Amino acid sequence: MGQPQSRHPLLPNLDEALVAKMLSKIGAKSIDELFSDIPPGVRLGRALKVPEGGSEYSVRRDVQNRLSANKTPPGSLCFLGGGVWPHYIPAVVESIMSRNEFYTAYTPYQAEISQGILQALFEYQSLMCDLLGMEACNSSMYDWASAAGEAVRMAARVTGRKKVLVAESTSPRRLAVIRTYSEAMGVEIVPVSFDRSTGTLDSSDLVKKAPDSACLYIENPNYFGVIEEESERVASLVKASGGLTIVGVDPISLSLVREPGSYGADIVVGEGQPLGIPMNYGGPHLGIFAVKDLKLARSMPGRLIGLTSSVADPARKAFAMVLQAREQHIRREGATSNVCTNQSLMAVAAACYLSLLGKEGFRSLGEAVIANSHYASRRLSKVKGVSSPHFSGSFFKEFVVSYEKARAPAVHERLAKANVLAGYPLEPATGINGGVYCVTEVHTREDIERLSSALEGAL
Amino acid sequence: MPDRFRQARWDEPLIKDLSRPGRVGMLAPSDPDVMAEFADPMALVPASMRRASVRLPELSELQVLRHFNRLSQMNFSVELGMYPLGSCTMKYNPKVSEMIAGSDTMKNAHPLQPAETVQGILSIFYELERALSEIAGMSRFSLSTAAGAQGELAGVLIMRKFLRDQGRPEKDEILVPDSAHGTNPASAAMAGFKVVKVQSDASGLVRARAVSELAGPKTAGMMFTVPNTLGLFESEVVEVSKAVHDAGGLMYYDGANMNALLGRARPGDMGFDIVHLNLHKTFATPHGGGGPGAGPVGVSKELADYLPVPVVSSEGGKYSLDYGLKNTIGPLKGFVGNSAILLRAYVYMRLLGASGLSNVSSLAVLAANYLWKSLDPAAFPASHAPNLRRKHEAVVSVKSDLPGGAMTVAKAILDYGMHSPTVYFPLIVSEALMIEPTESEPLEMLDEYASALNEIYDSMKAGTLGPVPKNTSIGKIDEVKASHPMTLKVHW
Repeated sequence: MGQPQSRHPLLPNLDEALVAKMLSKIGAKSIDELFSDIPPGVRLGRALKVPEGGSEYSVRRDVQNRLSANKTPPGSLCFLGGGVWPHYIPAVVESIMSRNEFYTAYTPYQAEISQGILQALFEYQSLMCDLLGMEACNSSMYDWASAAGEAVRMAARVTGRKKVLVAESTSPRRLAVIRTYSEAMGVEIVPVSFDRSTGTLDSSDLVKKAPDSACLYIENPNYFGVIEEESERVASLVKASGGLTIVGVDPISLSLVREPGSYGADIVVGEGQPLGIPMNYGGPHLGIFAVKDLKLARSMPGRLIGLTSSVADPARKAFAMVLQAREQHIRREGATSNVCTNQSLMAVAAACYLSLLGKEGFRSLGEAVIANSHYASRRLSKVKGVSSPHFSGSFFKEFVVSYEKARAPAVHERLAKANVLAGYPLEPATGINGGVYCVTEVHTREDIERLSSALEGAL
Repeated sequence: MPDRFRQARWDEPLIKDLSRPGRVGMLAPSDPDVMAEFADPMALVPASMRRASVRLPELSELQVLRHFNRLSQMNFSVELGMYPLGSCTMKYNPKVSEMIAGSDTMKNAHPLQPAETVQGILSIFYELERALSEIAGMSRFSLSTAAGAQGELAGVLIMRKFLRDQGRPEKDEILVPDSAHGTNPASAAMAGFKVVKVQSDASGLVRARAVSELAGPKTAGMMFTVPNTLGLFESEVVEVSKAVHDAGGLMYYDGANMNALLGRARPGDMGFDIVHLNLHKTFATPHGGGGPGAGPVGVSKELADYLPVPVVSSEGGKYSLDYGLKNTIGPLKGFVGNSAILLRAYVYMRLLGASGLSNVSSLAVLAANYLWKSLDPAAFPASHAPNLRRKHEAVVSVKSDLPGGAMTVAKAILDYGMHSPTVYFPLIVSEALMIEPTESEPLEMLDEYASALNEIYDSMKAGTLGPVPKNTSIGKIDEVKASHPMTLKVHW
């Protein structure tokens, strides 16, 4: 180690003369001297065992070569959903996301110089509140699963109750995250079963379990893609027992399906990824978190942006982070959550996406998605040995396909070999030998035809 | 001097006020033959659940583009000027990382694809995981946590589960120094622990003796930031670790300040059992206006089975995601992690390599000390231990006999086209400014920043500063008024 030796594009002061100048200002003899307060016993004293550095060209070439080994569209077809879905991303959203002023900024601690991101986040909050039928939406969580975990914690905190009901038609992945998030609070998670023929919540089971519960967590459409027809009644049953209704959503469904705020949801969580954000092999995505009652806003996790004005000119609108007294940097162990870094940039993408589609575009997107998915389900039902859709309930975008004989994991493995990624297998616990298929506006009739023949070949 | 900078001032309306019925900025693709099969797609939704209407703005494509472009011009970023926000480590984010992360083979990869179809990205994750383990001196990392705070939550949940498995549920207290980031006590509380504050001494350091006095049968562990938020290396870190271990507790390393130690010292060698690293800080992934980031969590061999799942495994040259760790605390996120951020961090690590990474910490520490020594000590006295070297950042206290204090300095520097230091943190310093220049600022910029701060102080003292900021998109903002809950959204 010792003095730095070479030149590097990312290290402008890596020059002996500059180092010497800086050391002399500090009154130090060497860079090592600046580290002399590290006890000798814990100084590394050797080079790190990581690959040697490379030029931009060589690193780019190598990494891109390796990424090209991934089998992804357009080379293959993707009919996977389950919380991350293939949707088209408008070029304008990509253009805005690549603005350095947004993506290389930090949390807007200095509001005067950060009005751009603050206004964009405020607009995100407003757009989402309208879409969800809620009164306050934070400016993002990590993803749907962790937002659901925070929502369950919040419900237990607000009601002072420890029993949490979770619909069995919830994504097992999100259920697992809810468990990780809430287990340390001493919360007991009680499943509420679903009707095996329709795929919707079994409300008689809910009636039995609702008393003394902090909340019901339910997804709509649920993990099977089925729309919960009795949402209003479900929410009122929970309310009657003094609990909160938490609804998890795919925001694209809200182009056609009622907003959760209109049928009694107290907290809405969801995944904002379909609103202009790439699937990106798992992230970054966008956790949605909104509340109906403004009083609940003071107990919610995450960052909130508010509308205010300039001190000198009260007529001039301005934006700033608000209700920070809830947050970790002020309340420390008393904070509503530990969230600090969130997914701001992704919230900007969602605001841009929703603004682009607008009232008509968004409705027509929903129509294209529901039509394509129903078209695909009908087509797959013609394949011998296949039941599609498996449930009789109405569905949006995703649906369960079950197989009579062949085992689901083997079917999906063969589909993948044919470059068709489809039908994520359901957990054995559901008792269904099948998978969840996802069809959106990006899938053409030819794609659906290719899926059907691949499935025929895989059975 | 401040007249050199002018931030764009568009007075941009809210998007809803630009809306005009009948416009659309994007048409969804649809197949006429498919649509023809469904006369009324809404009829596929049960009658009780049909949405009456969606209120969204109606604008053309160009209008939307202009709106967000104008907003972007009213936002300050690393690529526009110096951003020495202490503890947040705002260094330059290499453009090539963006190019690579924008590859279709990355963007279109679905997290539930079979492992055989994503060997490219999994091999990269595996190498990143190995490199982070080496850098931190840990046995294994989980890359699945989405932010430093989520890594912290994972860390304290690991402590909790491990201690329960050891039959020690009575250990329900976590020690946190008074200089710690607010996330530390918040994470500890989320995991059900009581927080016990450790008072730092007059020089801002945590003494092993103070820790020994607090550590006992109830101590589950300690969360410790090294170097600390004052920019000082915790010289008794080894003894502190020993005191906590002697009490049967575990040591958690808050990696927010790891940029100062890259290739110089490793938390594992200092006695830490659990580590999180903020890839958006140390590994130069962009902060996105507050996120996304990534906060992988690493552990010693003894705790390897407790990591949040999935972790990346390799066998016979084949890579896979492993959900089956025996004692895992469970997953904290729906899928594998903030993959596109992990990829950028990997690219950064490859651009620098072993010697480059250790040069990063050398030059970051050199820059912090240089900038600190360039400040007028009468104006910006060090809050603690003026005789000690700083690591990656320096905390100064703006002399409180000046009206306005630290906040006025913070607003005034914005007029120079440079971002403020972190203000009023750590909480143990009055009128604190926390300055972290990082290794990516050229020397000339460090000089410019120091002279701007010195100039601001002189004008404050002379009473000639006037209202600040004035060159930004908007003058000083009324932050109290903003907290009225009716202003969290607009209606239309």
